Amino acid sequence: MVIVNALVQGVLLGGLFAMAALGLSIAFGILRVVNLAHGEIMTVGAYLAAVALSTLGVSVWLSLLVVVPLLGVVGYWVQRLLLQRALSLGELAPLLVTFGIAIIIPNALIELFTTNKQAIPTGDLAVRSVQVAEGVRIGVLPLLTMLVAVLLIAGTQQFLARTRAGRYMRAAADDSETLRLMGVDHRRVYAYAMGLAFAIAALAGVFFGMRQGGVTPFDGQLLVLFAFEAVIIGGLGSLWGTLAGGIVLGVAQTLAGVVSPELPLLVGNLVFLAVLVLRPTGIVRSKVVV
Amino acid sequence: MEPLVPGQVRVDRLRRRMITVQIIGAGVIVALAMAPYVFEPAVTSQWIKLFYLITLATAWNLLAGFAGMVSVGQQAYIGLGAYGVFVFNDLGLDPYSSALVASVAIGVIAFALSFVAFRLRGGYFAIGTWVIAEAVRQIVIRFDSLGAGRGRGIEDYTADPVMRNLFTYWLALGILTATLIGSLFLLRSCMGVALQSIRDNELAARALGVDVSRAKRIVFVLAAVMAALAGSVICLQQIGVQSPSQIFSVSFSAFMIFMVLIGGIGTLEGPILGAIIYYVMDLWFSQMGLWYLVVLGVLAIAVTLFLPQGIWGALRARFDITLFPVGHRVVAVPHPAAPAPAAPAVRAPDPQNDTTAASATTEG
Repeated sequence: MVIVNALVQGVLLGGLFAMAALGLSIAFGILRVVNLAHGEIMTVGAYLAAVALSTLGVSVWLSLLVVVPLLGVVGYWVQRLLLQRALSLGELAPLLVTFGIAIIIPNALIELFTTNKQAIPTGDLAVRSVQVAEGVRIGVLPLLTMLVAVLLIAGTQQFLARTRAGRYMRAAADDSETLRLMGVDHRRVYAYAMGLAFAIAALAGVFFGMRQGGVTPFDGQLLVLFAFEAVIIGGLGSLWGTLAGGIVLGVAQTLAGVVSPELPLLVGNLVFLAVLVLRPTGIVRSKVVV
Repeated sequence: MEPLVPGQVRVDRLRRRMITVQIIGAGVIVALAMAPYVFEPAVTSQWIKLFYLITLATAWNLLAGFAGMVSVGQQAYIGLGAYGVFVFNDLGLDPYSSALVASVAIGVIAFALSFVAFRLRGGYFAIGTWVIAEAVRQIVIRFDSLGAGRGRGIEDYTADPVMRNLFTYWLALGILTATLIGSLFLLRSCMGVALQSIRDNELAARALGVDVSRAKRIVFVLAAVMAALAGSVICLQQIGVQSPSQIFSVSFSAFMIFMVLIGGIGTLEGPILGAIIYYVMDLWFSQMGLWYLVVLGVLAIAVTLFLPQGIWGALRARFDITLFPVGHRVVAVPHPAAPAPAAPAVRAPDPQNDTTAASATTEG
């Protein structure tokens, strides 16, 4: 039963990883930018929620209404002001810019908020759970996280496939020059895509903070690696693949946690490296490239 | 310009400059080696840091500047280099030999890891190296004999602090010298031409028959060995590892990237200049706490966007200066019996002649 329980918890944890991976996947799929600061954007989202809570007393759910659009706007302008210029300078520049951001944010957060955990209380939501079998309990929050992740992935898929803006984004990913000839400013399309990636990252960050009961400046480093591992395990270019990748990573971590509380991170990393060597295209074969 | 015919051009490898560099370089190295006899140990032990910073910057520049591999996981090899000192010291070697033996072992490890890392490209390669570094740290701290998560001191060490400082100084200087000479000769060699072509256009290099993945693998291993040596110097200077999360910190990657970008990526001189700038900044601003890292991050972004060739690159573009001759110049040789400008009918269209080779240079 311990194993079954670990499996169930791992699958649900995978929902969080998939949500974290979705933004990374969008940024890479549409802009070909690997955002090394992705985890830090998640942390900033969680910090904003924590600050809204501690200063204004707003509940987490209400703060999401502000935090998510706010980081979407930040993403739009980061793309327009920094990354667009970097993209024109070659392959290395966007990486170096996002790595610069990844260094700035955690250190600024430590100076502003100390290294202490900033609490994101959710009432009893984080501890409430439903017993499904002897020894197997499903937490309400992890279940909700999984639900939101699935809805987000399905929504993004539909958005890219069916809406005009989604078509522009796919067109910009394929051939931005031609899109420009058609009278669409590809730079704005890129900026909207990055805004979407930042907004989803913020949402994922807040869910992570709720799960952990708070957020520290060091979480971003872990989160970017988790998100990246989910993307690669799932297979580059497949949105549903990120869900599969997230679940594999989550299960690997929780199963390792059964053996020893020190093992989850190491085993997660080793599973990722093993997938990389044995099945470098990921476990889900993608037909549609986002 | 008169069309060039094979035989009328020669490739200038800047041999005379190379000889000058060798003489001056030898002089500088001898002077630095003698420095401990002149300066106080407090001064020279400061220089050790500068030496390993230049080593690290040069190594990262070989990776990113020449082979196009942005790694944010070089701290894996820095940490392994530091811990390698313990491993071989425990086996009975003295700490200094341990550092050298460990670097060879880490080269072998890096060779194996390259087969994992090379599955990824571009940005994903960068995060992949980061994951590898994390995994390496998580494995190292599982060994109780290496101090687990607490760090460890070197046990069997020269007792006299003056001698210890002196040996570490010479080791750091030796490693720096080997790194710079190795890089200079590597870039002047056939492999160097391949690397510079990969830097300028990987696809074109591949099309011209350059074995790109072999060249990249060699650079990957060399950069790992250099990082390992720098790591062992850090360990020797601090008489141990204070904490594994410090020696395996991703901040090392941030420092390397900063030094290389500020100085000038893709040149041999740039990382040296960048390391000196970083070293001076570190002396002045490190009491700012972590805001200092924030400033480094902002500067790195600004330089990437607005001065992509770095300070050395900007100077070179302006004044045409080179310290280390790693380039080639194709020079027109006036033919003794040069025919008068040939009639158009005689001149067969030959693609080789239709180059503006007289001005073609590659600069490292």
